[in-house]
Amino acid sequence: MLNSHEIALRLERILPQVQKPGRYVGGEYNQISKDWQAVATRVALAFPDIYDIGLPNLGLAIFYEQLNARPDVLAERVYCPWIDMEAHMRAEQIPLFSLESQRPVLDFDILAFTLPYETLFTNALNLLDLAGIPLKSSQRAAHHPLVIAGGHACYNPEPMADFIDAFVIGEGEEVIEEIVNTYQAWKRTGQDRRALLLALAAIPGVYVPMFYRPVFQADGTLERMETLDPAVPVNITKRMLARLPPAPSHFLVPNIEVVHNRISVEIMRGCTRGCRFCHAGMINRPVRERSIEEIVETLQTALDSTGFEEIALLSLASSDYTRITDLVDAVTTRFAGKNLVVSLPSLRIESFSVDLMEKLKGSRQGGFTLAPEAATERMRTIINKPISTEQLLETARAIYSHGWPTIKLYFMIGHPEETLEDVQAIADLCKAVLAEGRRTIGGRAQVHAGVSTFIPKPHTPFQWVSADSVEQIEAKQALLRRELRGPNLKLNWTDPRDTMLEAFLSRGDRRLGEVILGAWQRGAKFDAWQDQVRHDAWQEAIADAGLTMDFYVHRTRFVDEVFPWDHINPAVKKSYLLEEYRNSQSGILRGDCRQQCYACGILPTFTGLRRLNRGDYWKCPEVPARKTPALAE
Amino acid sequence: MIRIRLSHSKSGALRYTGNLDMQKVWERAFRRARLPLAYSQGFHPQPRINQACPLPLGFTSTAELLDVWLTDEMPLDQVRAAVEGAIPAGLKIQAVETIDLHAPALQTQVDTADYAITLHHPVDAGDLRRRIAALMDAPAVMRERRGKMYNLRPLIMAMRIFEPIGNPVRLFLTLTVREGATGRPEEVLLELGLDPFAATVERTQLRLKDLHPESL
Repeated sequence: MLNSHEIALRLERILPQVQKPGRYVGGEYNQISKDWQAVATRVALAFPDIYDIGLPNLGLAIFYEQLNARPDVLAERVYCPWIDMEAHMRAEQIPLFSLESQRPVLDFDILAFTLPYETLFTNALNLLDLAGIPLKSSQRAAHHPLVIAGGHACYNPEPMADFIDAFVIGEGEEVIEEIVNTYQAWKRTGQDRRALLLALAAIPGVYVPMFYRPVFQADGTLERMETLDPAVPVNITKRMLARLPPAPSHFLVPNIEVVHNRISVEIMRGCTRGCRFCHAGMINRPVRERSIEEIVETLQTALDSTGFEEIALLSLASSDYTRITDLVDAVTTRFAGKNLVVSLPSLRIESFSVDLMEKLKGSRQGGFTLAPEAATERMRTIINKPISTEQLLETARAIYSHGWPTIKLYFMIGHPEETLEDVQAIADLCKAVLAEGRRTIGGRAQVHAGVSTFIPKPHTPFQWVSADSVEQIEAKQALLRRELRGPNLKLNWTDPRDTMLEAFLSRGDRRLGEVILGAWQRGAKFDAWQDQVRHDAWQEAIADAGLTMDFYVHRTRFVDEVFPWDHINPAVKKSYLLEEYRNSQSGILRGDCRQQCYACGILPTFTGLRRLNRGDYWKCPEVPARKTPALAE
Repeated sequence: MIRIRLSHSKSGALRYTGNLDMQKVWERAFRRARLPLAYSQGFHPQPRINQACPLPLGFTSTAELLDVWLTDEMPLDQVRAAVEGAIPAGLKIQAVETIDLHAPALQTQVDTADYAITLHHPVDAGDLRRRIAALMDAPAVMRERRGKMYNLRPLIMAMRIFEPIGNPVRLFLTLTVREGATGRPEEVLLELGLDPFAATVERTQLRLKDLHPESL
């Protein structure tokens, strides 16, 4: 294995020959380079896609700042090399190295992946391979880095269970410290790797798959998840921070163009709307908001320390932020005249949103985005996203008349029980919006429709449903293409095969480990890249493992089916999800749970934390205490 | 409004940041330094920052120039201190001076540049010397770059070889960097039969038209 000096020498020759060599050299403003010898524990933080996409990732930024704040820890970054760079690295036997010190990842104590979505799985395997770390957890020895992962895709950890030593379920800010502490204690004792993994399994919110064995039934569904050591918990409850910690502010300032060149501040976490298709809305409960003062101070520090020209105020539903007008006023007043671009995504479909955007005085070039998701009342009731078409058209009028020539409309096809009439309604609605635009501003008006395809996700009310078949999706897309032709109408859609792959991986079980490995061995990587994804490799790997995509994607589950992710507890009860599934079938809407508690399970799961954090920091309304014992602290 | 010229070096990881991206690197550095940046007029106001001459990806330089416009007067030593506290690793400020607001744009003023090239692999110095002499004696050296033929010879003002004992062979080049007539060191290396990927190139001087060429 080459050392960092030898790696640097070989890079000298290689870098001039690859695209965007700035991806591989670090050196950004706010990069933290610590003395390797002066710390006890070295963590490599990996985003399994290229630098351009990984650098702006907020999750990695949080851990980079937080871990490096510890005097006894250093954290450095790792991203995927692009195809050209990977070829050079393999040819020259350059192992995967960190950007800060150009040290081989094999020299680190912990390799931590962030896995926000499933199409990064093969990239994670590729990174392990480039690092020279055995791909399977079971093949690793004490001297190998501990391989951990967290992020939204880890709420169903089973497909990646063979490759990850320990998963973090839920919010990582507190538990990462506990993992590091546990690692340090283990290292001092000099015990074997199993001892480390057992100690990690004892940390709330940490799932160590090697201590669990899925038992399957003859029909291929799960019978139960067996624990293999009496010390490990049967269920793993997600970690949740009672109060949001200080937001990161010393962002890395890239020396090359990346996908988002900006400061990102989470104004709140979670969402109370309860859209039934939404994974993020179910797993990020309860809603917690940062104060206006904290947000503005963070922005000031971040602007001073980065010099960025753009800020993004992030949340799942900006309009729901309690004092959104005051926040927007505070931001625009504080940073007036600084040529700053402020983005505020996920606004509700109401003319008030236009007033908010108006205050931000941003460019109108990119258009104004609205996400009705569905176009008929029936569909909107099924997915629990009620908005009236009249309100949408009124909002569209306001948007056009305030100077935005383009409205982007996001829809999803493939929702449960959707018919071609519901899809036709999407086309009709787009045309109706465009007609509003024509009436308001004439021929300049544009509508861009982004129509993605619904994927049933674990831990949502739709985890039981079958996804549309490729034929169904193609028929729906053909209808849209036929209808949404003509000047000033633009349509984007997702390749059904990409949807199938993501749907397959989302609700997978542990048998998918063999498939992921097989697909990677056949050359699959960069599955999120339309020009790279290798559907042939996936098809072969699925067949080779004796599995079918249909079983995972196109099967309506029995209501009492044991799911591969049932032992992972997002603190939203399965019974609540089932109730919501049934509500969708009987046309029952549920309102914003800030107004009324529907007993999803968050409060009984976190009674202890709730008791310590009374008041309105959590946006759950106060519920009169019941005489049932608390489930967990 | 004032116009300030920064002489600086560029090295380290920033070697792999191209000219377009350097514009953003400077812009953000100046904002961190809290300089009162002047912006262009128009729909998308941009800070007025003007780099002299693109440095090819991978090259280091000890002789870069850049002009920046500020809306308010500011003492030069204060500008320098503020900028030095805000630039990323790889940049070093060498001099800060005020320039007449109406002086012509830097890009139109650059004339020639010197490059010092270190060859990574041993070469037959005598043979290389002969090849250099032949190249310099040739009336024209036609080469193709991006599908277009051009004459490399008039772009080379001077070239010499340096063989320090026990150290890698070095080449010193003076090339033109005028608008529309820019000599590229890697093209010279290729013409000499050398591998440009096995060489370290540093720009060591940038001359402007109104200055006298000193060491040609």
